[in-house]
Amino acid sequence: MLEINNLHVKLEEEDKVILRGVDLSVKAGEVHAIMGPNGSGKSTLSYVLAGREGYEVTEGTATLDGQELLEMEPEERAAAGLFLAFQYPVEIPGVGNMTFLRTAVNAQRKARGEEEVSAGDFLKLIREKAKKLKIDAEMLKRPVNVGFSGGEKKRNEILQMAMLEPKMCILDETDSGLDVDAMKLVSEGVNALRDAGRAFLVITHYQRLLDHIKPDVVHIMAAGRIVKTGGPELALEVEHNGYADILAEVK
Amino acid sequence: MAVLQAKQDALAARIAALSFADKGWLGAARKAALDRLAAMGLPGRRDEYWRYTDPAGLNAAEPAPAALFDPGAEPQLFDHMDRVKLVFVDGVFDPRASDDPRLAGVEIERLTEAGGRDAHWARGLYGVLEAQGQQPVARPHAALNSAFATEGVLIRVTGRAKKPVSLIYQRTSEGSDAILHHCIKLEPGAELTLLENGPAAARFNKVMEVEVADGARFHHIRGQGRDHQRQAVTHIFARLGRESLFKSFTLTANGRLTRNECVIELTGDDAVAHVACAAVGDGDFHHDDTVFITHGAERCESRQVFKKVLMNGATGVFQGKILVQPGAQKTDGYQLSQSLLLDEDSQFLAKPELEIYADDVKCSHGSTSGAIDDTALFYLQSRGVPKRVAQSLLVLAFLAESIAEIESEDLAEEIRLRLESWLHRHEH
Repeated sequence: MLEINNLHVKLEEEDKVILRGVDLSVKAGEVHAIMGPNGSGKSTLSYVLAGREGYEVTEGTATLDGQELLEMEPEERAAAGLFLAFQYPVEIPGVGNMTFLRTAVNAQRKARGEEEVSAGDFLKLIREKAKKLKIDAEMLKRPVNVGFSGGEKKRNEILQMAMLEPKMCILDETDSGLDVDAMKLVSEGVNALRDAGRAFLVITHYQRLLDHIKPDVVHIMAAGRIVKTGGPELALEVEHNGYADILAEVK
Repeated sequence: MAVLQAKQDALAARIAALSFADKGWLGAARKAALDRLAAMGLPGRRDEYWRYTDPAGLNAAEPAPAALFDPGAEPQLFDHMDRVKLVFVDGVFDPRASDDPRLAGVEIERLTEAGGRDAHWARGLYGVLEAQGQQPVARPHAALNSAFATEGVLIRVTGRAKKPVSLIYQRTSEGSDAILHHCIKLEPGAELTLLENGPAAARFNKVMEVEVADGARFHHIRGQGRDHQRQAVTHIFARLGRESLFKSFTLTANGRLTRNECVIELTGDDAVAHVACAAVGDGDFHHDDTVFITHGAERCESRQVFKKVLMNGATGVFQGKILVQPGAQKTDGYQLSQSLLLDEDSQFLAKPELEIYADDVKCSHGSTSGAIDDTALFYLQSRGVPKRVAQSLLVLAFLAESIAEIESEDLAEEIRLRLESWLHRHEH
């Protein structure tokens, strides 16, 4: 589903290289985790895939089901089925959560040549999905993420994912700032979306999220590259011994 | 002395072709206004309150021609509403296009008809609030209006008006120069919603004096038309009694020059005054809001929310003052003026002022200029919202706080839709 080949990325404004040849292949139905020390390029990878400005791809490709992602506008990537759950969900005062989501759902449907969802059907659907994530009606009415707690923001990201039903979900440190109960709730939301046609790329610092969202493949990223790939046991190894051993080993 | 002479010369040229009838109570009020005006002369760029706005177009003897604007299929603002319509075409009242002005609890008269009498309730209002509003800041175009207004309505509200009174200002001439003066008096406990819309004239000078007595409520919503080239100078003078409410919202889209002044005096305890504006300008657009709110009683609340979206070299100006007089304890004053600059050619000039002579008050003000938030834009796009739609959403979000000042949800929605279509037409 997601194929990344030899991806090199630098910051547009300065001469700082962040990704130095990332290779990654995620198939439909799989859950991949990316772990790695601070500054290894994990979040940059997620931003570059989603199309954030400020980065320059100097080499390499990234495709989603064969479509070249890096050529597309962010909204085209979303319509093609890519979703990024932000590490820091953005507060947008003045834009109602509900309005935002309905605009997004219908814009994607329109881009794919599908019919828009009626206001009534949308309301029914969002209420049902929000309930599972313990998001109350009041939160849906409020401006996007404004005044939300850290946990509420992350749940709101998962709600968006559930409503947009993307093919490829990237979760950027979705566990950061979550207490144990919130982590469980968010993980349940993610697990409910797991199916054969959908893939996940979970970026995290900690193994504990992977107790809830069980990965098929774990990658370790360091200095802009994926340096080691293995099964779930790799995450446990990091948890016990830190990154030092692995980094020493690959050097 | 040279400046003064220039002002006098400008005034002589400006009023050379104007005249007024000197009969009745109105004649006396006009004469007094002319005396005030003669003592001030017309404003110049060196006047403190005209530093950011060039009054030349307003001072000129003749209005600059303004091409007529065709709004296409877009219906007029407030079209769907049940209201009492009073129509002015290029500043002249059009009785055939207007509704029967009878409305329970509301007396509506034309200034030109009521002005010739010996006595009238409006005598205590016409030019009176304007004259008071000349201190400490001179407002010569308001005095000029009081002296030479050719039309206007006098509205006295004794009960709760069942439907809004709607002043519609149409324009059919490229060179019309209209001067209208309205007086509105809300008796204790009365309530009225006043709507105003339309471009009015190539050059429009309007004064509205509003007396809101104890416990009365006044809602004012206006749209200044979409004409690109028209010029306007408008003044609202309001005096608020105890526990009264005054709320005014203005939508300005386009217009070569707009100067909207609002002078409010809170004279009774626990009165509330809100003034808000959403202005959107593209290109040859200069929009100036000049506000002066005086807190003269205890526990009054005032709120100013001014938001401007500017692009392609448009200019926004805000001069807002809160004056808290000695003894006006527990005053709650809030002032917000913000601009969203969609490019580097546009500019926003703001002069917020607070002058406080009471020690137990809460006053705050904030003024900002900014661009669209790239992070928010990316967030919306990453959810599949196309860039231009995302931008419109963010612009509307920026304006939301001013639109929220409109109490009626129907009216707020109508204003929102207008702004949405404006943004759609002015995508960049």
